[in-house]
Amino acid sequence: MNNGTASIAAGDRQPSAIAETVKSGLRRRHASEVRLKIYGLMAIGFALVALFILLLSVISKGYSAFQQTHINLEVYFDAEKIDPGGTRKIEDLRRGDYEGVARTAIRSAFPDAKGRRDRRALGKMLSTGAADNLRRMVLSNPKIIGTRRHVWLLASDELDMLNKGYAKRNPDGSATKVSGKQVTWFDALAKKGAVERQFNWRFLTGGDSREPEQAGIWGAVVGSGLTMIVTLLLAFPVGVMAAIYLEEFAPKNRWTDLIEVNINNLAAVPSIVFGLLGLAVFLGFFGLPRSAPLIGGMVLALMTLPTLIIAARAALKAVPPSIREAAYGLGASRVQVVMHHVLPLSMPGILTGTIIGMAQALGETAPLLMVGMVAFIVDVPSGITDAATVLPVQVYIWADSPERAFEEKTAAAIMVLLAFLILMNAIAIILRKKFERRW
Amino acid sequence: MEIVTEVPTSKAPPEIRPDGAKIASSGVEVFYGDKQALKAVNLDINENEVTALIGPSGCGKSTYLRCLNRMNDTIESCRVEGQILLDGEDIYSKQIDPVQLRARVGMVFQKPNPFPKSIFDNVAYGPKIHGLVRDKTDLEEIVINSLEKAGLIGEVRDRLNEPGTGLSGGQQQRLCIARAIAVQPEVILMDEPCSALDPIATAKIEELMDELRENYTMVIVTHSMQQAARVSQRTAFFHLGEVVEVDETSQIFTNPTDERTQGYITGRFG
Repeated sequence: MNNGTASIAAGDRQPSAIAETVKSGLRRRHASEVRLKIYGLMAIGFALVALFILLLSVISKGYSAFQQTHINLEVYFDAEKIDPGGTRKIEDLRRGDYEGVARTAIRSAFPDAKGRRDRRALGKMLSTGAADNLRRMVLSNPKIIGTRRHVWLLASDELDMLNKGYAKRNPDGSATKVSGKQVTWFDALAKKGAVERQFNWRFLTGGDSREPEQAGIWGAVVGSGLTMIVTLLLAFPVGVMAAIYLEEFAPKNRWTDLIEVNINNLAAVPSIVFGLLGLAVFLGFFGLPRSAPLIGGMVLALMTLPTLIIAARAALKAVPPSIREAAYGLGASRVQVVMHHVLPLSMPGILTGTIIGMAQALGETAPLLMVGMVAFIVDVPSGITDAATVLPVQVYIWADSPERAFEEKTAAAIMVLLAFLILMNAIAIILRKKFERRW
Repeated sequence: MEIVTEVPTSKAPPEIRPDGAKIASSGVEVFYGDKQALKAVNLDINENEVTALIGPSGCGKSTYLRCLNRMNDTIESCRVEGQILLDGEDIYSKQIDPVQLRARVGMVFQKPNPFPKSIFDNVAYGPKIHGLVRDKTDLEEIVINSLEKAGLIGEVRDRLNEPGTGLSGGQQQRLCIARAIAVQPEVILMDEPCSALDPIATAKIEELMDELRENYTMVIVTHSMQQAARVSQRTAFFHLGEVVEVDETSQIFTNPTDERTQGYITGRFG
């Protein structure tokens, strides 16, 4: 009797014991789930904070570079200085002493400054770019020669720094890189309302300069654009073709294995090695032009190829075999199967790989240093064989410059680089969406 | 339906076939690397009949089916020996291009595999790549006809431009059949065409096979013996890479001569 009830009880308890065991473990399982979720959230949070700090520091340092200090002066377009011969020919007008005109303008604003040193210090308050501005005005309208006009002239970078509050004012009245007298004159001008921060079009449309107030990013933007075009035109077709051959046509044997290993290893080769290769082969052996986007693009294409091939192969491999079978079953030839079905279906994946590769190439500096794209280039390049520099190299050059004013230009150049990257990725994503929508 | 009756007449008169079979295979052996998948298969497929291939999993029936349109060529390690004659012509001879062969011998797969394109483009793809059409109206006619023959036109007439992958499983499979017959093949191979479908969709496809039999020679691999019994005129029983028995379907299911066949159809193994 006792035995019987015990066994029945045991029989009853058996399933509930299992449930009990499961239940006792449940808490632990749920806890680990919650923990994993928290770790994930923390990782994302950390990444977001890091990104935010990065953007904040870059933007807070760089936004002021988009404005430049100008000084309003009454300028006398002195015919003696501009056109001493009196010919009024464009060539002669171009050669005029506009720096003298600008200097005279600021000196006449402060007639009290008599000594040679003071007069020189006054002249130094204007940028050399002020003369260019006056020259442009005269060339576009020679009739202003002999007249007096109020003109906004570009201030020197030291005054710009003072105006933006980056230059520290010392107790003795002077400021960093600006003498006490210059500060007084500047304050006097500011009081008259003759100092203004204007939008810095020159930064967005001009080439590089030794003078920070005149330095522009456009040359590097065009250089980067041209380089990226060369890279894309070389790397994309070659990479996709290589991937198609390896994935769809190549027999699986020791040779293709060797090629695959080599491609994977090339993806991990430091980028400067590709620069050395470009230096030795493209410049040394083929004698192609130095510092040109063509060469930079070729080097970056070599660097991007392995990444692109690996991504493209993965994308081709991801196309379901049923689609290939369907096409083969209808009598499509190998090329038709690839071109009509496999390639279009893998295009979104290939484009993703291309985005990654191109973004990498856009930010690359080291290999370009080896092929001379680090040169100081003032002119905006007009073709792929012109000397040029690219955005990251421009950032590098500016970051290396001693002038305080280049610090904000560096940060601003990084902002432009990021904008370029976002634009490039946006185009690729739109293209990808288009391919995805087709099926 | 007019097109259907025109198809045979538009083609060259059938070549002399001594034994009257559409496809005659003798001594077919298939190897995957070192592994032998088929052993000396001798099997004839008659014209305008449905031939069912049955047998347990891994017995080689799908392998045999894929030999008939040289789909095995796409598998690198696969080697085929022996002789398969289509209208008296060896399909593994050097003169035969697998591309041309697959236009004559169409195939429908186990899992419906429409292209991720529109319904129209799915059906139009075959005729387009083979250059069977001269202009757009031609193409439209072929597409509509093929969809009609596959019994799908009523369901998709208004949405030919919608993706084929948006259809239900059964509709997708009929779309695949329409796609196969758009090339106007002589033989249609079906590799377990209903195994991924529900009973109602299966019934529709079986009905369709019965209609298509008039104009096409069909070979179907199936795991369902009821299906083999319903749709086929002849049945071949495969076991361990060999053809154990081939006969009229009614004969196979009512009075098999081989013990193994009997064992399989009565459900003793498989």
